Amino acid sequence: MAEPILTCSSVWKLFGPKPRSFMGRHGGAPDLAAILEEGYIPAVRDASLDVNAGEILVIMGLSGSGKSTLLRCLARLIEPTAGAIVFEGQDLLKASNRELTQLRRHKMGMVFQHFALLPHRTVLQNVAFPLEVQGIDRRTRENRAREMIQLVGLEGRERYYPRELSGGQQQRVGIARSLAVGPELWFLDEPFSALDPLIRREMQNEFLRLQNMLQKTILFITHDFDEAIRLADRIIIMKDGIIEQSGTATELIENPETDYVREFTKDVARDRLLSVATAMRPAAAGEATHGEVRADSTLADVAPQVIEAERPVAVVDEKGELVGVVDRFRLVDAMYSDRS
Amino acid sequence: MASERTLGASIGGTVAATRRLVRTPGAGPLLVLVPFVVLLALKPILPAAGIVWPATIAVPFIDWINVVVDAFRKHEIFGAFTVKDVTRAIAYGIEWPLDIMEGLLAGGFKSIGIPAIPWVMIAGLAAVFGWWLKGWRLALLAGGCIVYFAIFDKWSLSMVTLSLVLVAAPIAGAVGVALGVVAVKWPPFERALRPILNVMQSLPHFSYLIPVAVFIGVSHRAGAIATILFAIPPMTRLTILGLKGVAEEVREAGRMAGCTHWQMLFKVEIPAARDSLMLGVNQVIMQCLAMVVIASFVGARGLGQDLLLRLQSLRLGQALENGVAVVLMAVMLDRLSRALSEKQPERRPEGPFWRVHPYLVAGAAVIAASIVASQLTPYAQTLPRSATITTAPFWDEVVRVITTTLYDPLEFIRGDLLVHVLIPLRTGFQWMPWIAVAALVGTIGWRLAGPRLAATAAGFVCFIALTGFWERASITAYMVFFALLVCLLVGLPLGIWASRTARRTRFVQLLCDTFQTFPSFIYLIPVIMLFQVGDVAAISAVVLYAWIPIVRYTVFGLRGVPAETIEAAVTAGCTPRQILWKVRMPLAFPEIMLGVNQTIMFGLFMVILAGFIGTKDLGQEIFRALTFADAGKGLVIGLCVAFIGLAVDGLVTEWSTQRRRQLGLA
Repeated sequence: MAEPILTCSSVWKLFGPKPRSFMGRHGGAPDLAAILEEGYIPAVRDASLDVNAGEILVIMGLSGSGKSTLLRCLARLIEPTAGAIVFEGQDLLKASNRELTQLRRHKMGMVFQHFALLPHRTVLQNVAFPLEVQGIDRRTRENRAREMIQLVGLEGRERYYPRELSGGQQQRVGIARSLAVGPELWFLDEPFSALDPLIRREMQNEFLRLQNMLQKTILFITHDFDEAIRLADRIIIMKDGIIEQSGTATELIENPETDYVREFTKDVARDRLLSVATAMRPAAAGEATHGEVRADSTLADVAPQVIEAERPVAVVDEKGELVGVVDRFRLVDAMYSDRS
Repeated sequence: MASERTLGASIGGTVAATRRLVRTPGAGPLLVLVPFVVLLALKPILPAAGIVWPATIAVPFIDWINVVVDAFRKHEIFGAFTVKDVTRAIAYGIEWPLDIMEGLLAGGFKSIGIPAIPWVMIAGLAAVFGWWLKGWRLALLAGGCIVYFAIFDKWSLSMVTLSLVLVAAPIAGAVGVALGVVAVKWPPFERALRPILNVMQSLPHFSYLIPVAVFIGVSHRAGAIATILFAIPPMTRLTILGLKGVAEEVREAGRMAGCTHWQMLFKVEIPAARDSLMLGVNQVIMQCLAMVVIASFVGARGLGQDLLLRLQSLRLGQALENGVAVVLMAVMLDRLSRALSEKQPERRPEGPFWRVHPYLVAGAAVIAASIVASQLTPYAQTLPRSATITTAPFWDEVVRVITTTLYDPLEFIRGDLLVHVLIPLRTGFQWMPWIAVAALVGTIGWRLAGPRLAATAAGFVCFIALTGFWERASITAYMVFFALLVCLLVGLPLGIWASRTARRTRFVQLLCDTFQTFPSFIYLIPVIMLFQVGDVAAISAVVLYAWIPIVRYTVFGLRGVPAETIEAAVTAGCTPRQILWKVRMPLAFPEIMLGVNQTIMFGLFMVILAGFIGTKDLGQEIFRALTFADAGKGLVIGLCVAFIGLAVDGLVTEWSTQRRRQLGLA
């Protein structure tokens, strides 16, 4: 397991007149009733998480769940009310403004839901902006910006202004800008939510392609569970400012810990998510099989073959060795087991 | 004894019942009139001080202010110089940019033998500027206006005015932006600034002149300072609006990029607020032009001063000729600055230099060509008088024809309207006790938003009464009120007509835009021409100037009704008339009321200006104050006018906001 690069423990964010002293009065862990009674708005309550180097951690929740606030606390765009945030061994909450600026200039990048491009700058100038504020000379920063623009597939549009681009293209500029400084930690705040479904799909693929190349450590916010499943190594589900559960997509679907998570995972297309391995049983000695499928394929990929087969189908691993068998009944059971 | 108790009880009961009624949400809106009507009915037994506060016991605000102003003026700093010296020194500081600009545009620099820029170059550059901003139409307009000034013998006057605007506008803009930035970055400053801005923007133009006259004296530079002061508030307001309107995400993007505070301000926030700031620039320029004529009361030279002189000597033709030049100047600067605010950054084409920078090349060509031309012929440098045309005889003739042919109907309006309508109305307004008016305003405020608004609105009325200017103020109020009625009578049907089709809307909007560009003083010229002086003339000027907002807001409100709502009405089987009166009008009504509010504001400004043509209201008093450089009186009367406006504004805006919220429109 990789080392956590960002650790956040017991982070709270309350909105209201005097949240700090309120927290103090309640021993640092007020309950919901007390918070609401005194007129505070609990945006994030007691959130703890680790982000491991090189992973995509997706924070998932509906609007008002506190996911964006949590992200902004982690980037210290918002001052948390309580808690600790450690980034590469440095306590972010104790960092001075100067240190924070340095961190942001060299180690962090962020992509925004509504792109947040600067309307008076060309694509090139927008992408070069984080380098410009560091005082890097024009030639160097524009060369670097051109590389980034090429990386996101916008070459030829360097001289365009944001208003001349489609939403998808604008977000590509946003991505290029956030990558220009070569950040270690990459924040993406609902980057594809403002896009049409088809474009969204395309951008998700693009994102995965980039991540394959760059291997950044990523915190990704979304309200779309399907997007979370597609992209995440790990998912954190938030509700009302609280982390409900965290784990891989399969873990969440197989073992929802709360009703809320169960409700969420209910409508997921399980056949596209679960692997054959989750549905197979050990092969009986000398059992007759009909054809074979890979254990890491999704159920949807093998469904036609398995359903058509008269006998159980052999399941093999990447080396081609038999690891189990699967038949139509087990397949249907795995796909629809939550509907009972 | 018993009867006294009954009386006391019944009064107490009435008061309690009234309070209950007034505060019950369902109670008829007319109930707010109850205290007003009761006090009107009680007028015969009211003490005299409750009707018109006697001047003998008026609160001496004027003296207090004058004491402060005087002490301030003579206050010595380090025992070496007085505040007045400082203000005068600042004023001298503004003299040299004024001189340089004027030398460039009109006079030349005689001491070093450099002539002014040739007029053909100014015209050419104006055209190139217009071309760059919006295309050939604007080029033609800008170049054409400059050519007009040259050909119609308005060259040096208009260049003096232009140089005043070109110096005053950037200074006002810079100060305005700076104040706005501080206000956004430091909330306590904004809280302090906001009411000051409100009052400043409701003060009539003349109130700005008097302190300037006191502290700086009467001169061209004093005019420039008054102009600058007058133009600052809208810039500050739009800066605050613009900076607050920058999306939080964009700000966050700046922070995540690692911007320092200054980088944030200059590289992110100000550029992102560009649209709003540029609109501010347009406003600043228009405010400067609005002051062009008025500032000549404290000695500003140029078109305005000339216009004023001719108007005072009743040379209407020549005044009109100047008026046309002022209007052209205003239209030109308005269109240019508006185009500047609408101009989006554009992708540069690639290719040879002249293709990448066509406007720079054209500008350079204009400069070269006009230098050559001015060497070849003096006509390109400055047109000699003999080569210019004057339109004054034409305008004189127009005035003569209109006044002779229209003599009878005009005389009818002047005479009969005055005797049968205006004088009774004026008497009515003067008859109302101030205490009743304060009660009315207070009750409305209370019902709308509770004690705070009630206290503010009624407080404004009380201030006016206690200054001892109640009678004057009631004349001002009556003129604005009557003008408002006329504006409604004309503006509502026009607005309804215009809202029917997109074409008509465009046409009426263009009309409104054009009329709104005219500096307010200009409206006095035709009015004097038709009605000479007096109440009818003043009210006509107000109507001419103040009809615009009511039309604009009516059109805006009616066209803003959601299409779905109208479709629902159509499918419900409404006739067009029913759609108008049962659907569109009720939904547009809050918006129309904002128009009424604006019309009243415009009206107050104009009615004070009309003091110039002999009314008996606050306007006349403010003119007197100006003549005697009485800063205290000028300010107090200015505040009276501002408070009438602010009282109306507070109530109407509150009502409109609430109503729109009820209708789900806000």
